[in-house]
Amino acid sequence: MITAERKPLEELIEYVRPFKRILLVGCNECVTVCSAGGRKEVGLLASGLKMALLQSGTTIEIREHTLERQCDPEYIDELLPMIDGVDAVMSMACGCGVQEVARRYKDKPVFPALNTKFMGASERQGVWAERCQGCGNCLLGMTGGICPIARCSKRLMNGPCGGSVTGKCEISKDVDCAWQLIWDRLKALGLEDQYLKIIPAKDWRPAGGGGPRKIIREDLAA
Amino acid sequence: MMENFEPVIVAFCCHYCAYTAADMAGSQRLEYSPNVKIIRVPCSGKVDAIHIIKAFEKGADGVYVAGCLDGDCHFKNGNNRASRRVEYVQKYLDEIGIGSERLEMVKMSAGMGYLFAQIAIDMTEKIRKLGPSPVRPLAMQASQPIAC
Repeated sequence: MITAERKPLEELIEYVRPFKRILLVGCNECVTVCSAGGRKEVGLLASGLKMALLQSGTTIEIREHTLERQCDPEYIDELLPMIDGVDAVMSMACGCGVQEVARRYKDKPVFPALNTKFMGASERQGVWAERCQGCGNCLLGMTGGICPIARCSKRLMNGPCGGSVTGKCEISKDVDCAWQLIWDRLKALGLEDQYLKIIPAKDWRPAGGGGPRKIIREDLAA
Repeated sequence: MMENFEPVIVAFCCHYCAYTAADMAGSQRLEYSPNVKIIRVPCSGKVDAIHIIKAFEKGADGVYVAGCLDGDCHFKNGNNRASRRVEYVQKYLDEIGIGSERLEMVKMSAGMGYLFAQIAIDMTEKIRKLGPSPVRPLAMQASQPIAC
């Protein structure tokens, strides 16, 4: 999922302070799962903004609505009946959602309520960790299902650096050395030979180095 | 204003401990502050951040969550979850400007009627000293979020 965290309330207050009525839009997908921008977080933020602004003598009307997805135009159209009644929109989706709402409703200022972080997985309840950087050319088949790009601090492709000590990365004792994990996993699978194969220098163009990326499925595209 | 100020305090009380302790306090004829409005919940772990924040938005001057003693939760660890959630909301209350001191987590057993009464008295006095919640006027306006 795409993970995110709410921005500091102080920053959000400054976004909405000039407006009388805003629409606070949540998203039922990734940001709901990582407890950053679902229906509940929309309610919490709406209350928080109203109460914080009141103390500086400002009253604001906040309409709340949570879309099934904020990255698809079909769902964003749902906001149409509400959009004329508000001065601005604050989105609690990831950066994709914010941009899609802004693209659809060109005459309304749209502000992000979240800082989008990374593509990650739940390690346990309340803990999310980075697992993928969308490099566009997946290596997981060669690395025992553990990504050296997302999980090695140096994005090394062929074994650990000298900073790997007792399975931990030199940047922090809380960070596992990805190459230690890869080696342990390959060994457990009896695939040590895999470790000896040299991964050639990576072409970073599919990772975004070639400019903004797009997928076009000719069979589906309208 | 402060002299006539009667705080409104919302107490989310676990059915298995604090709510029963409140009952016990009544049976024992213990006097405690009538400012405390009790909301019975099946477990303190059921109390979500949104419940606490909405209580303040609707005019509460103070809120506390009352759960079981450590290790005594009927649902294993709901009380510990509640404690962590209260800490999280306390930080949010500081961000909002209401102040974390208006929210507390307390723990007691079902037999501690005297403790329930004492906490109700102490919390009322603490909030009385702090004064009315800075967002009380919002409750006066009775502005409801407009569900679209």
